[in-house]
Amino acid sequence: MTYKRKNNRKYDELRPMEAKVGVIKRADGSAMFKIGGTTAIAAVYGPRELYPGHLQNPQKGVLRCNYNMLAFSGSGDRVRPGPSRRSKEISLVTENALNPALILDKFDNSVIDVFIEMTNTDAGTRCAGITAASLALADAGIPMKDLVAAVSVGKIKDALVVDLDYDEDSYEEGVDLPVAMMVNSEKITLVQMDGLIKKEEVIQAIKNVKKALKKVHKVQVNALKEKYAK
Amino acid sequence: MSEILVKDKDVVIPGQTLATGMDYLPANGTLREEEKIISSQVGLVNLNGRLIKVIPLTGPYIPKKDDVVIGKVVDITLNGWRLDIGCAYHANISLRDGVEEFVERGSDLSQYYNYGDYVMAKITNISSSKLIDLTIKGHGLRKLTEGQVMKITPSKVPRVIGKQGSMISLIKEKTNTKILVGQNGWVWISGQDPEKEIKAMNAIKIVNEESQTDGLTDKIDKYLGGKNDIQKKKQ
Repeated sequence: MTYKRKNNRKYDELRPMEAKVGVIKRADGSAMFKIGGTTAIAAVYGPRELYPGHLQNPQKGVLRCNYNMLAFSGSGDRVRPGPSRRSKEISLVTENALNPALILDKFDNSVIDVFIEMTNTDAGTRCAGITAASLALADAGIPMKDLVAAVSVGKIKDALVVDLDYDEDSYEEGVDLPVAMMVNSEKITLVQMDGLIKKEEVIQAIKNVKKALKKVHKVQVNALKEKYAK
Repeated sequence: MSEILVKDKDVVIPGQTLATGMDYLPANGTLREEEKIISSQVGLVNLNGRLIKVIPLTGPYIPKKDDVVIGKVVDITLNGWRLDIGCAYHANISLRDGVEEFVERGSDLSQYYNYGDYVMAKITNISSSKLIDLTIKGHGLRKLTEGQVMKITPSKVPRVIGKQGSMISLIKEKTNTKILVGQNGWVWISGQDPEKEIKAMNAIKIVNEESQTDGLTDKIDKYLGGKNDIQKKKQ
């Protein structure tokens, strides 16, 4: 039983990607990342003062992410606006995925705010959000060890596929496994999983996703070079 | 074994490997990761002997001692003023660093610098807890009346000023305006003619956006009327 993907997409093929840096004029740094039917827009503000004071860290700057899905973004029902359990979780994992790459020791007691807005969603939103946020942070000039790229990998009917769309993501017995990585050093900063999968398959899935992330990274690099190396 | 992978003035992005091996040294904007030197910012490579540096093309202002900055008064305290200088921390001017004359205890400090006033000041000290002290005592430091303030990328301030002030004096001359550039990327412009003021602002905007292109001074010269070219032809 072989699984055939939409639009004859190969198992290791990503949806068409597009990235742009500097999309929001008033932000300190901003970026748009589009992968298939998913679009993330990230804006960075700061470093700026952090209040209330108990949130401050006297040793290094604090990264604060806010993930938000816009009401009209999905293909189905209207998404209820405002924070939810799900968006809080994604904000947290985004912070954790980006933090290892950033060098914030010069910004003690201050905060760097990242706002990620999903204008179109077709699965893989947290991955698109992380990819866009990393670009926006680079655009804001925050020192970092590496760019972070993210993409999901999954298992559908015995096939390990990369970059799931909404139909694949909601497939009943499927597995969805978003991965974020610092691409040059191949350090993984986010792995989540939903579904049942064998250990060997996870190892193979992560091998596959590393190749896919290199492609995402290329798009990131080109977007930054487009703005800065005219 | 050691090898440089980039050329001078290349645009690099965070995470890009600049050199391998231990023969080269990482300077500002770079860091060593095992045997490699990688860039930590979007910027231009600067090779200087064994030193590899990345000059940032974007980024926040990081205050340094002895920098002359432009700040905006945001608060008046019992013994001085608090200023926003465009970075993550506020700066303070104490009474004795702010005014020359004797100030009686309890008098109204807004008569010297009021909320929203812009001030050109020098950073005298930055404490370990990032308390920034400013002074107005010094050559050319003062309160900025009239004119307007614009903001540019702090790392591009040297480009706006130019070699020995060539760029800024060109803009000043051509538009007949007074311009002061703070190291924090805040620029104060004042002229008799508002149209010329706007022209000077636009010229600075061009320098800010196209800072890495060659022949920028000529371009600005042309934009501002290019009288120099005509004079050169006549000669």
